[in-house]
Amino acid sequence: MKRYFGRKTIIYLSTFFLAVTVDWAIPRLMPGDPIMNLLSRVSVRAEASEAMYGYYTKAFGLDIPVWKQYINFWIALFHGDLGTSVYLFPQKVVDVIIMAVPYSIALLVPAILLSFYTGNKFGAFAARTKILDNTLLPVGYLLTAAPYMWLGILLAWSLGIVVGIFPTAGAYDFNMAPSFSWPFIFSLIKHWFLPFLSLFLVQFGGWAIGMRNMIIYELESDYSHYLESLGAPRSLIRKYAYRNALLPQITGLALQLGVIVAGSLVTEVVFSYPGLGSLILSAIQNKDYFLIQGCFLFIIIGVLIANFFIDIAYVIIDPRTRLGMAGE
Amino acid sequence: MSLQIKNLVVYYQTLRGYVKALDDVTFSISDGEIMGLAGESGCGKTTLGNSLIRLEPPMKYIKGDVELDNEKLPVWNSSQMNAFRFKKISIIPQYAMNALNPTIKIGKMISELLSSRKFNYKKIKPELERRLDLVELTHDVLNMYPIELSGGMKQRMVLVLSTLLDPSLLIADEITSALDVSTQKAVAEMLVEFRNRKFVKSMIVITHDISILYQIADSILVMYAGKLAEKASTNVIVNTPRHPYTKLLISSLPKVGVRYTEKKLSGIPGNTPLLLDPPAGCRFRDRCPVAFDRCFEEPPFVEIEKDHYIACWKECTEND
Repeated sequence: MKRYFGRKTIIYLSTFFLAVTVDWAIPRLMPGDPIMNLLSRVSVRAEASEAMYGYYTKAFGLDIPVWKQYINFWIALFHGDLGTSVYLFPQKVVDVIIMAVPYSIALLVPAILLSFYTGNKFGAFAARTKILDNTLLPVGYLLTAAPYMWLGILLAWSLGIVVGIFPTAGAYDFNMAPSFSWPFIFSLIKHWFLPFLSLFLVQFGGWAIGMRNMIIYELESDYSHYLESLGAPRSLIRKYAYRNALLPQITGLALQLGVIVAGSLVTEVVFSYPGLGSLILSAIQNKDYFLIQGCFLFIIIGVLIANFFIDIAYVIIDPRTRLGMAGE
Repeated sequence: MSLQIKNLVVYYQTLRGYVKALDDVTFSISDGEIMGLAGESGCGKTTLGNSLIRLEPPMKYIKGDVELDNEKLPVWNSSQMNAFRFKKISIIPQYAMNALNPTIKIGKMISELLSSRKFNYKKIKPELERRLDLVELTHDVLNMYPIELSGGMKQRMVLVLSTLLDPSLLIADEITSALDVSTQKAVAEMLVEFRNRKFVKSMIVITHDISILYQIADSILVMYAGKLAEKASTNVIVNTPRHPYTKLLISSLPKVGVRYTEKKLSGIPGNTPLLLDPPAGCRFRDRCPVAFDRCFEEPPFVEIEKDHYIACWKECTEND
């Protein structure tokens, strides 16, 4: 057990190191210059502009050799300093991210957990129920194949514009100021619903179809047939089959996490939802190295932590992984 | 009579039509009898065993009656069969080594299974432990996952579980096939022991290994291509078989004292017919050395001596 988690920790640490390095390098490989971008928004005379360019380059630490920038970046990172945003100058990157993260989490966590739970339950229920299998699962295929933003646009158009029940942009009404009051909370939920629904539906389809195929395989396995021969009721056989079919789904969840985060990015852009997604989009458009780095760092940490929890969950659920560890 | 089967016909449904895997099967087993069911692969042994307990698609019941202890078994109706399964009729499946759910402890699985059948695990547990002793398994296996057991241990575990409610009939399907010879013998003896202790009243032991049957079976039923060929006591089948197929089957077994480097062990020339569209009349006709005109008609399965049944025109007409 100790060895297993020791090895896992090393794997996670090296993944973290590599991912963060890539995260640092990618924005710097983009064409263009963040300082030029910043200066282009203020109109000053040419010579003043040159002086300001020199000043800002120094201020952001972009005047030193690249390898030194890289080392400085790690040192700052261990001090919890992600730098200052170029685009939202002079706000600190950490502060900008902290403002956006609650919105992203409020979208992602319920969408992931609810779709995983209901999708699996529904898939298991639909398997071997002829009518559901023939009618609703094709819908599941359609949902899971739908790109997040396409479904988002479709929902915004149908429920937002045609029917007009839900707002299509923002996190709360523009004429409201954030406060802890019922109207504000109601407005939050109303704005949250459509982006949540588009994330939920796409993933729901995927889980339902995966579970349907897995549980049919389990219901056809030898242990299910043996239980049938011993006259076990359908509910018991289904219970065992569901539990065993869930194991590969949990692995799938770990693999899906990264994709889901990306899905939430485009969804946030579609609905102008002020989470990490919209932030990353503006950061990229403005070539804001530090903000891009910070946002992706947050995603990297999130995905790694989620994967770590899934690893632990797997050990608890599947005795075979536990025994494999003891046998090492 | 423990088990009585009359004109049982079970086919497999395929896109190309019915595969006639079990055609017009009639025989009976008396109380306490261990009947061996022998024949080559694909002759319908397992189909016969399965159709008595779990007749699921693509298997299709066509007709016939099955009576167990003078009670009619609704083999065509899976939900009605549930009342009989485990309590009256039970099976050790061919896949006994994979028959236990891999992600749950064996004891917990048994307890959930028993309570789902309205039995009290606590009350049955002492008897369960006695039987584990009998098959030389420690009581610890109940706290283990199936993957922690060897193949032979799993097989014995399934033997104990399948017979836990003292069924009237046990179907043991190829339970010695994957074991080495010494373990084979031990498992075979356990089956006899279970019968002697009245854990099960009678048994059908399905195998293609006639030497195992010679050790444990009271009678042997030989099948060929979905039909019954011959049924008689073990001694008669092994020493004085009458059906040409049984004769060839027995003669193709190696004998003690014969050196097969000098004399080649003979097999039966030809292949079994495809059961999708089997030839009319005797299905062994094409491979039979003594076939004659009458064999184009279907031979009946008749008793030519006491407890000796045979489906062969040659043998019947000679007797007349």
